[in-house]
Amino acid sequence: MPTRKLTVDEIRRAAEHLARDIERLVRRPLRLMEVCGTHTVAIFRSGIRELLPPELELVSGPGCPVCVTPAEYIDQAVRYSRQPDVLIASFGDMLRVPGSFSSLLAEKAAGADVRVVYSPLDAVQLAGEYPGKTVIFLAVGFETTAPAAAAAIVTAERAGLPNFLTLSAPKLVPPALKHLLDGSGTQVDGFLLPGHVCAVTGLEPFGFLAVEYGVPAVVAGFEGLDILQAIRALLENLAAGSPEIGNQYGRVVRAAGNPEACHILEEVYEPVDSRWRGIGDIPVSGLKVRESYRRLDAAAVRPLPAIAGTKAAADGCRCGQVLQGLIRPAQCPLFGRQCTPERPVGACMVSGEGTCAAWYKYGAGRWQQ
Amino acid sequence: MCVAVPAMMVEREDFMATVDIDGVRRQVSLMLLPEARVGDYVLIHAGFAIQTIDEEEALQTLQLFKELEAYADTEADG
Repeated sequence: MPTRKLTVDEIRRAAEHLARDIERLVRRPLRLMEVCGTHTVAIFRSGIRELLPPELELVSGPGCPVCVTPAEYIDQAVRYSRQPDVLIASFGDMLRVPGSFSSLLAEKAAGADVRVVYSPLDAVQLAGEYPGKTVIFLAVGFETTAPAAAAAIVTAERAGLPNFLTLSAPKLVPPALKHLLDGSGTQVDGFLLPGHVCAVTGLEPFGFLAVEYGVPAVVAGFEGLDILQAIRALLENLAAGSPEIGNQYGRVVRAAGNPEACHILEEVYEPVDSRWRGIGDIPVSGLKVRESYRRLDAAAVRPLPAIAGTKAAADGCRCGQVLQGLIRPAQCPLFGRQCTPERPVGACMVSGEGTCAAWYKYGAGRWQQ
Repeated sequence: MCVAVPAMMVEREDFMATVDIDGVRRQVSLMLLPEARVGDYVLIHAGFAIQTIDEEEALQTLQLFKELEAYADTEADG
């Protein structure tokens, strides 16, 4: 931005002011869920929890794509990586996620061709550079990331690349929130909505939270002050007693989202029931490649024979309950003991934005609370 | 995974743009944001511009925070 940024001191004083407002507005125990893993990390890094009154609990939600990718998906990717003509292209944080018998990192160490890419378009480029290989891009992510994968699919199709495929399992955030409210046992009084998901989707897909469930929600940016301001807006909305979907992140999020990104998603993908790691099957919460782009769908053109005995989760791992806000990481018996960022057991400890990884890294001294 | 960074668009050729991210130049795709223009601030995610940043809204947010911190001062004095 061409404008002067706030000084550290100005930020501190504005935060103090917002924190005082928040304290005034909290009249009873409240639980607010930050849906997005990037928010979880931002909340820790900016020290927001220390500013909040004890009656106000911030609980992390299922908003880390890596954490909710099921072991079966990793198993599929691992099995593809063992095929000699295959080059796996993936976002970096997927590599260490444990499947039920291996991880992509272990396969890479054993000689499989597994490459980390920053953009889905880099994977398309790899397909051009290695015509003798079949490049399989691991298309995971929420609505923020899925349009980029869709755009890569369209690009490869237009370029007529015969050796670019995706193993596609993007996920949708609104159905997961509906699932939480529908009886997972999670008590949530309000949601901080993921700013960059909403930059694509707009506000409409989240309207049901207020209309059908009476739970307010505010789209939040990712600076400490953004998050405090969004929390204050949520509390004001709760106090007013008329649940609404608010938008604190207007500089990026428009009510209608990004129509072009939504259009390309619609063109390439169709909604499908989807399995979330530790949570289970959630109706129409995922995307699959449409028939018209079937040629680029690894699951369709290179189906893997079924194998029996996939283990859903490591013994004792409680990622599923963490992801639904039912327990805090420290309530898992493995947390900080058998399960650490160096040797993760569950996916929530793998990704830098996983709830357990964030609590492990930033939550020292508060684990017992 | 949903981290996105703001950048200024400095050049455009068809559906590719050069952006400046705090002094670092990168190529990004405009497939998801074809209306972006040189000089716009855009949000970059996974090699794509995914949204323009509304400068007026950004200034308003900044202004609001500045007012808050000024107000915090008067509260402290009072």
